[in-house]
Amino acid sequence: MRLSYPTNIKIIQVPCTGKVDVLYLLKAFQYGADGVYVAGCMEGDCHFLTGNLRARKRVEYAKKILEEVGIGGERLEMYNLSSAQGPRFVEIATEMTERIKKLGPNPIKAFRAPSVENNKTILISEEKNR
Amino acid sequence: MDEKVKTQQNLPSPVGAVLVIGGGVGGIQAALDLANSGFKVYVVEEESAIGGKMAQLDKTFPTNDCSMCIISPKLVEVGRHLNIEVLSYAEVVRLEGEPGNFSVQIKQKPRFIELDRCTGCGDCAKVCPVEVPNAFDENLSRRKAAYKRYPQAIPNAFAIEKRGISPCKANCPAGIHVQGYIALIKQKKFKEALNLIRKNNPLPSICGRVCTHPCETACSRSKVDDPIAIMHLKRFVSDWEYSQKELEVPRVETKREERVAIIGAGPAGLSAAYYLALEGYSVTIFESSSEPGGMLYWGIPEYRLPRAILKKDIEFIKQLGVEIRTNTPIGEQFSLEDLLAAGFKAIFLGVGAQKSTRLNIEGENLAGVIPGIDYLKAINSGKELPLGNRVAVIGGGNVAIDVVRTAIRKGTKEVFILYRRRREEMPALPEEIREAEEEGVKIHYLVAPKKIIGKEGKVVGLECLRMELGEPDESGRPRPVPIAGSEFILEVDSVIPAIGQSIDLSCLSQGKDWNISRRGTLVVDPITYATNIPGIFAGGDMVSGPATVVEAIGAGREAAISIARYLQGMDLHEGREKKLPVAEITPQEIKKHPRYHPPKISVTERIKNFQEVQQGFSEEEAILEASRCLNCGICSECLQCVDACLAKAINHTMTEKYLNLKVGSVIIAPGFSLTDPILRAEYGYGCYPNVITSLEFERILSASGPFQGHICRPSDHAAPKRIAWIQCVGSRDQSINKGYCSSVCCMYATKEAIIAREHDPEISATIFYMDIRAHGKGFDQYYERAQKDYKIRFIRCQVSKVIEHPKSKNLIITYVDENGKIVEEEFDLVVLSVGMSPPGNFRILSRTLDIKLTPYGFCQTDPLNPMETSRPGVYVCGAFQSPKDIPETVSQASGAAALASEVISLSRGQLVTKKELPPEQNVTGVEPRIGVFICHCGINIGGIVNVPAVKEYVKTLPQVVYVDENLYTCSQDTQAKIKEIIREYRLNRVVVASCSPRTHEPLFQETIRDAGLNKYLFEMANIRDQCSWVHMDKKEEATEKAKALVRMAIAKVSLTEPLVEQELSINKRALVVGGGAAGMVAALGLADQGFEVVLVEKENYLGGNLRNLYYTINGDNVQEFLNYLIKRIQTHPLIQIILNGVIVDAGGFKGNFKTGIMSGPGMAYRKVEHGVTIIATGGEEYKPKEYFYGEDPRIMTQQELEKKIGKKEIDPKNFQEIVMIQCVGSRVPERPYCSRVCCSSAIKNALKIKEINPSANIYIIYRDIRTYGFLEDYYTQARKAGVIFIRYDLQNKPEVSIEKEGLRVSVFDPSLRETLIINPNLLILSTGIIPRENEELATLMKLPRTPENFFLEAHMKLRPVDFATEGIFLCGLAHSPKPLTESLAQAKAAVSRACTILAHDTIMVGGIVAQVEKEKCSACLTCVRVCPYNVPFINDEGVAQIDVALCQGCGSCAAECPGKAIQLQHFKDAQIIVKTSALFKEKVA
Repeated sequence: MRLSYPTNIKIIQVPCTGKVDVLYLLKAFQYGADGVYVAGCMEGDCHFLTGNLRARKRVEYAKKILEEVGIGGERLEMYNLSSAQGPRFVEIATEMTERIKKLGPNPIKAFRAPSVENNKTILISEEKNR
Repeated sequence: MDEKVKTQQNLPSPVGAVLVIGGGVGGIQAALDLANSGFKVYVVEEESAIGGKMAQLDKTFPTNDCSMCIISPKLVEVGRHLNIEVLSYAEVVRLEGEPGNFSVQIKQKPRFIELDRCTGCGDCAKVCPVEVPNAFDENLSRRKAAYKRYPQAIPNAFAIEKRGISPCKANCPAGIHVQGYIALIKQKKFKEALNLIRKNNPLPSICGRVCTHPCETACSRSKVDDPIAIMHLKRFVSDWEYSQKELEVPRVETKREERVAIIGAGPAGLSAAYYLALEGYSVTIFESSSEPGGMLYWGIPEYRLPRAILKKDIEFIKQLGVEIRTNTPIGEQFSLEDLLAAGFKAIFLGVGAQKSTRLNIEGENLAGVIPGIDYLKAINSGKELPLGNRVAVIGGGNVAIDVVRTAIRKGTKEVFILYRRRREEMPALPEEIREAEEEGVKIHYLVAPKKIIGKEGKVVGLECLRMELGEPDESGRPRPVPIAGSEFILEVDSVIPAIGQSIDLSCLSQGKDWNISRRGTLVVDPITYATNIPGIFAGGDMVSGPATVVEAIGAGREAAISIARYLQGMDLHEGREKKLPVAEITPQEIKKHPRYHPPKISVTERIKNFQEVQQGFSEEEAILEASRCLNCGICSECLQCVDACLAKAINHTMTEKYLNLKVGSVIIAPGFSLTDPILRAEYGYGCYPNVITSLEFERILSASGPFQGHICRPSDHAAPKRIAWIQCVGSRDQSINKGYCSSVCCMYATKEAIIAREHDPEISATIFYMDIRAHGKGFDQYYERAQKDYKIRFIRCQVSKVIEHPKSKNLIITYVDENGKIVEEEFDLVVLSVGMSPPGNFRILSRTLDIKLTPYGFCQTDPLNPMETSRPGVYVCGAFQSPKDIPETVSQASGAAALASEVISLSRGQLVTKKELPPEQNVTGVEPRIGVFICHCGINIGGIVNVPAVKEYVKTLPQVVYVDENLYTCSQDTQAKIKEIIREYRLNRVVVASCSPRTHEPLFQETIRDAGLNKYLFEMANIRDQCSWVHMDKKEEATEKAKALVRMAIAKVSLTEPLVEQELSINKRALVVGGGAAGMVAALGLADQGFEVVLVEKENYLGGNLRNLYYTINGDNVQEFLNYLIKRIQTHPLIQIILNGVIVDAGGFKGNFKTGIMSGPGMAYRKVEHGVTIIATGGEEYKPKEYFYGEDPRIMTQQELEKKIGKKEIDPKNFQEIVMIQCVGSRVPERPYCSRVCCSSAIKNALKIKEINPSANIYIIYRDIRTYGFLEDYYTQARKAGVIFIRYDLQNKPEVSIEKEGLRVSVFDPSLRETLIINPNLLILSTGIIPRENEELATLMKLPRTPENFFLEAHMKLRPVDFATEGIFLCGLAHSPKPLTESLAQAKAAVSRACTILAHDTIMVGGIVAQVEKEKCSACLTCVRVCPYNVPFINDEGVAQIDVALCQGCGSCAAECPGKAIQLQHFKDAQIIVKTSALFKEKVA
């Protein structure tokens, strides 16, 4: 459909959101991501039966950690959508970008380098959304 | 040995290929099964892409899966399968031969785009100016003439739709792409329009003014209003060009040595010169007069064709290097021989028709008689030639008109035209005649000159005769006949004959045998314009006789083509015949729209001078006028796509092709067409825009549909709040010969209502229905949810009419409610649940294939052989067999594949292609050497992302040893190049930065594998779908993002490792569990394919539930069939039967199962090794607790009744009052499902009783009668036979009591609105089907079950007989309740699915699977709990083990493993983390 969405979104592909490790989410913030979200199948429609439900739990857990370390849990999100929902994909990308813009850069970066980078959001997505 | 196998051996071996007709989901499934079982498959699809109706659906019931999401992987598999050849745009035209050896002829429509070159980028569609209704969106949106049916289409290629040659082009003597340039003008592409005109006509400015425009005569618009102003539009673009600062002269590609001479600088000569010069020839025109242009200069007055305009077109030609030598008449100074001697290699003659035809009457030599042409020549050369005050011009052609109008402008007071026929026959253009009259010319019709009267050698008068019209002459016009004695005299000062011109052939060389016609014209080949003298060609008036400018131009161009071919030694004729038919448009298709008329100078103004009379269009008018074009040919042949396609895939010269194939068997899966809703006119479809079909609504719901998934109604695109569905439109309707039930409409309407409510909770949804037929697995629960959770209103009634509110376009539905009251209700949108009809071409198909049809036009089959057609070797599946849903279609498709392969099983593997691969390079421990290929994708990526900049950037990245950019990385030549570069640069990792891995990763993986690299040493960066396509307006940011994506891919690929798939041998034995109908048919099916079968039955006899059935609804004898099956199975050498068998343990995986069975009276244990398992454990009739069952011999179930009748234990003649109660113990909270068979069983038994005892009163007390498909006919028959149907609902169940005097049933009849009391002699309970005890088996084999304990298939829609565990299949009642015929289809389907494994000697396992590092595992059981497929287990060593053959590769275990002991191959933690980290490392160290 070629609907446009913000350029700061970069996609990392996994076979199923069930593969998304808490480690990946935290590492992304450590490296300097300003926001991360996970896009999985609609609940109940997981290609691998239950992967997306497990992913959601892990995302919730990682949010807590981010909150505790002061990065902020709202920089991380989990979304569910089907591969036929192009407009929804754009909506999510825009929504997430807006949210991260409001929050400003990932505070971790302030400790490492003084320059303010462009806001960056990465998306960890399932195979079908590649 | 089996008899069948023996006969086959005596015959020549069958052809190991199958033809599948129809590329819908049925055809796709059949093709995949067959191709995966070792057969070559041809899929013939009439559309440009496979996918069928399923691709058009939004969601599927009852799981609400996205239809496209689930079919798309199948499409890709078909598209990439080595042994499936998809023939799109094709149809079968002939089928001959016998099972095992058929000859098929297939007609393939031209696609106009080369499949092997098209990359699917869509650049052709982007530039295509023609929009047509998009059939894929049910005409709710528009698409281009260059199109792909839908984004995921397979073949992944565009096609160009043509209806034929547009009439305008067909009628243009020069063959100009008229529709094309009109379309381009509409798009404001004026330069392109002009370039297109010049492809066939180098004199556009001239033809924009003086053409006789036969194109307009042919224009389809003239059938209803005025033709498009084609000539004026041509003039508009040429004027537009004139207004530009510089003319853009086309580039001559190759300069050639040879010189060509052209005689005559008229339109034919100029045209020939232009096209020859374009070809690179050096061209010299020899012109006898002082000015080039021929009749255009000398014959056409300036007020029609200003000299500057003429000059402009001639200058354009001269700029190509054409030399025009004026005042150089041939014949006097030099001859044709002299030219040849001077080195001209070919000559074109275009000297025209210069001589005026004489009147041949007395007085023609008097002073004052001036031939028309001579007069025009004189005036046009600036001479004065006074004619006096009264002038008679004789003739009715354009020259006559030119003369009179010139004479008026020269001051002549009175001018007459004398014409011997009527105005209707006048050859001059009507508008010219009109303009002449406006200027004061008088025309005398039916008058001919007899004698010119002179005085002193000068004209003074003209004696004329009046004429009348007689019989038509050879020109087809009525012949003028003089009226005797009608002579009269006109006083005139001059007489100008303008009755025609003749040809002066004195230029031809003497002494040669020229072929001259009787009319004095030079004869040439009509296609090539070659004269009979080699090297000399001719065209224009000297060949055709006096004709039009555009004819001369056409002739000049054709001759130029011939001359070029002649000089290059090519065949002059080849490929020059016209191929496409002329596109026809009926007047009904055309909406009136008045023509725009450009202005003219006023009469008083114009007769004073020679200023151009006709003015041109303004830009706005031109565009509006161009928009009137009807696109008759669909593709306008504007040829924009040819320039836009950088892959050079467009080929407008393609023609229809005929292919001859040999196949062993045939499967027809042509699907269905929608029943035309116009058949039910009272619903207003076609008149009211907001009455739509269900398929239209599917497209509206679809996110990729016409409104991007926003629910809008067609009239005003407003969001509807009240939507109604009307069921049974074109179904269950004998009045239109659609007496059958279409089986799917109740469910799809329910689904559409649910999805609509999910889109917009404010929508209220109402479904008007007769019976809700939710008879499939999980359907009734879905229907319940629709009512309870989604608040969808179901109203049982028949809608009598739909009326539109004229202002709001809302719709008022009138119906009779359950209380008998007439109700009117208003809705915003009405969806008609249209039924299924046979496919559009069903009659032709049945004739071509010689198969029998049912009276409804569906394919005739036998219920006991549901996939066999009347022609041996031809099998059927899907909706063409009878209306059905997707899972049943898929089952039948697999079943048909089993039958089709059975016939040819001896040739399994003979025609399939297997790839030979080079050994893999060892890359362990070798430093990564990465090659990166960046794709422009035409302009899809390159137009946005700065590819060269990305390339330069990538060069700076570590480990990258090679970077290149390609126009299309996926093109075939690039694949070859990639392989070469891998070898040359010793690459051991490859990254392609292009499009989606979903469509292209397998291709590139195959390429690197061909070059000796493991396919996992590859990574893709999607810089198109994720970058250029979605960041079109941000070129710089897109380029930066592309760099990041490539950097990430490179980081990951550097850590990828080769993955080795393990090869395991396959045990070719099958285990079938269950000896009922399904199990036996499955066992026989496999054995007939040559595989060993072990059949386990827990009872000590075969037959299962089939033993309880005696006759089918259509009268087949079931017990006979059962005995036949048992006999065959007992005698089959490949089948081993284990009776009293119980499965006690199970293990292994696909290809290598091990199952323990205890059997016999002693319960002996044995282990069976097998490659596949088929579960057919069956079901049985529910024995009710309701209605005193078991307490009274007069109360029994349907099966018990059938058995008693079948065994003649009771005589129906003895029973006068019989009550049957439906849904006993079904569709109730304990068993919420419909058993699918009980309604038809009740009707079957009722009809049986009526047959024996017609006077019996039979009452069937029902909730919904669910006689889906053709079973509906039996319902109709039962009602006709007098069976009484009384409806009840759960709140008002019938009450039964046993009284002294007999049984008593009381039931409330809603149609009579009172309670009926019946005292039946028999009370028959229609109870449902329950599965046989299967819990232990399910646990042992880890097979999932539904809450009702039926087995649960891998996917409800597309894998109906597969378990999620590979290698295990199911069929029959174990899957869900179903009639015998469907169980048989499923059994065959299971056979086919099993064959896809058994056909192979080995399987490859592994690849992307999870692996446990033993040392790290603490056996915490997390993985065991997490795995959705129950794969991990703790092995003898006390650590987790994951079987590579069973792992599905989702990675859930790896993500959850607390010790990080599990890694998913190819997605290892390090690989994903390095990719993430690369995203943030902009500066490379």
